[in-house]
Amino acid sequence: MSKQIKVYPTEPLKCWDEAKTLRKNYYEDYLNAHNKGGIRWAGGAWTFSAIPAGLGNDVYCITGEPYGATIAFYKDFASKCHDATEAAGFPRTLCAYMRNYWGAILLDKFILADGSVIDGYPAPDFIWQDHICCSHGKWYQVVKWLEKKKGKEVPMYCVDVSVGYSLEPSEPIEEYKKDYIIQQLNDGIDWLEKVTGRKYDDKLLCEAVWNEIRATSLWAEICALNQAIPAPLDEKTMYSLYVMGTLMKHKPECVAFYERLKEETKDRVKRGIAAVPYERFRVITDTQPPWGFLKIFREMEKYGVVSLGSLYTFGLIGMWEYKPDGTWVPKPLPPNKPKTREEALRAIVEWTLNKPEWAHFYRPELKTKMMKSIVDQWKADAVLLHYNRGCEGLSVHIAENRLGLLEAGVQVFPFEGNMGDEREFDLAGTLGRLTVFFESMGLKKIVE
Amino acid sequence: MITAGVDIGAKIVKVVILDNGKVIGRGKALVGFDVGKSASDLFETVLKNASLSRNNVKKVVATGTGRESVHNKPPVNAEEVVSEVVADAVGAFYLVPTVRTVIDVGAEEGRGVKVGEGGKVKDFVINERCAAGAGTFIETMARALEVKVEEMGPLSLKSTQTIPMNAQCCVFAESEVVTLIHSKVSKEDISKAIHDAIASRIGSMVLRVGVEKDVVLIGGPALNPGFLPPLKRELNTDIIVPEYPEYVSALGAAIIAAKDGV
Repeated sequence: MSKQIKVYPTEPLKCWDEAKTLRKNYYEDYLNAHNKGGIRWAGGAWTFSAIPAGLGNDVYCITGEPYGATIAFYKDFASKCHDATEAAGFPRTLCAYMRNYWGAILLDKFILADGSVIDGYPAPDFIWQDHICCSHGKWYQVVKWLEKKKGKEVPMYCVDVSVGYSLEPSEPIEEYKKDYIIQQLNDGIDWLEKVTGRKYDDKLLCEAVWNEIRATSLWAEICALNQAIPAPLDEKTMYSLYVMGTLMKHKPECVAFYERLKEETKDRVKRGIAAVPYERFRVITDTQPPWGFLKIFREMEKYGVVSLGSLYTFGLIGMWEYKPDGTWVPKPLPPNKPKTREEALRAIVEWTLNKPEWAHFYRPELKTKMMKSIVDQWKADAVLLHYNRGCEGLSVHIAENRLGLLEAGVQVFPFEGNMGDEREFDLAGTLGRLTVFFESMGLKKIVE
Repeated sequence: MITAGVDIGAKIVKVVILDNGKVIGRGKALVGFDVGKSASDLFETVLKNASLSRNNVKKVVATGTGRESVHNKPPVNAEEVVSEVVADAVGAFYLVPTVRTVIDVGAEEGRGVKVGEGGKVKDFVINERCAAGAGTFIETMARALEVKVEEMGPLSLKSTQTIPMNAQCCVFAESEVVTLIHSKVSKEDISKAIHDAIASRIGSMVLRVGVEKDVVLIGGPALNPGFLPPLKRELNTDIIVPEYPEYVSALGAAIIAAKDGV
């Protein structure tokens, strides 16, 4: 090891076990919901999950993308899911999460957070989804169709959220666009009462909406703490933490967890505790990683490289905004907690519409701008761009983001892969190219 | 000071011995199943031809896909390893100080390197997944045409027509060549189609990092007279091919060794 390399103190994250338990319980609660007299529903991680919460405290969901990622992490099961989906006639060019999810239904198997696979896929009682990316538009239509083939009729409701995007406070999204979504949510509540036979509770709705707003703001605050040198968190670890916001952003457990995590991260910053002991080169990534190959991050650490996060990790769930001085900061909470259904629906729509990871669906330069802000504010030296064949939604325009970053003077390393289908990721080749990139940045391996 | 560069590619290993900036020995050999032994045997042969021993060489730097096979392992005992991209840039800059773009075509990999001041790498691109943009492609197609690989270039220069080849993969491209053979297309025209195809793939790859003059082509296929014309057309620029283009990466490694590190 070179004498010149500074070594920062490190220590394990105290919240780690709690994160594991929360995620474990999440899948088990969904699986066992009926045994407890509860309801289970399915939808995407971006869906307005606070709305079904008004049906009661015994309502459990499974969000599709994190479930697809869980499958991807367990490559043997993922391989079986791919085979089943392709045998059913679906092409492998589709969203990899979606194929993993459909594969589990086709196999009639359910995987839990620890990788154990059990027989019988637990069909949802209803589907509650929103539409922004093209895969989301079709995902649950096929789920409904697959469940029907197995003899179960699953009612489905979808909310169209594709009304545009604004990064500029001076150009807010028009009221009629918000009203369009609020009306769909109002109709959706009537629909939920009808398909479940339950009376809707507006107090539970208001609590869930406020939880979601707090959780997604808290996550952004945690990510902002990673501007510190050394970074208190690395992205591989953050994947296990941000996921709570994709599973249960409307739940009090999520808020409580993020509050504890924020305090712990602040303490790490104060004491100079690093995620990577040899930190000397800071990068950010983009889009989902190839989930079956997260060891890439450990390889990077051998060069003293820390991945601080990404627009994906920060903004898939975390909520941000631009201040008048041009800095990108965690979005502050609205002044008041909603007290009525109308207030709650308006609050959650206004909060959600400027989700950072929705920007690129409309204009790639908005995404480039936010990525450049992260590079500047988090003091990143380079961007690793995953040309992710498994996700059309988050990869759309990514080559334009590369050009935009290059024009802004940012070092960019693109690599091809797939977040959920290991057949489309070349580990050795990618590691080889990463080595070249790091060498070209003047880095050498510090530890073997 | 005597230093050495060892470039262990997918198919050929190259060794360059440098004495105060002057090449005093070079050699190349096929890489066998035992990659380390192939490199070591050649290294010792080149040293012997130059009347040297390992003790006379102050530092050895290895590069290429097999570089780890000689890293701190006798008899080569390369003290350092560097990537091909870095070695390409340093070697090309040494030979052509005005270079801004290096195109390195090896047996199974093509690379484009944007070079900055002092031979530093500014950006790079490497072909993904298939050898359809590399030397092995020409070899495979030569077998399909039943000609020697060194005949491919001269044959293509005798072509009278342009035939597009669309396949993006070596295996499918071979099927396409077989179809052309059955269609009674001449070997000359098929050979040109093959060189056009590889130039198109390399060209479009290099354009991803941008082409800035001077452009230097290195690697074994740079010796192929049929490859340079279509690549020039593809990139719409002059291309410099230095003497001994296949040794440039090994030369770069030897220069890095002389600088005592990257």
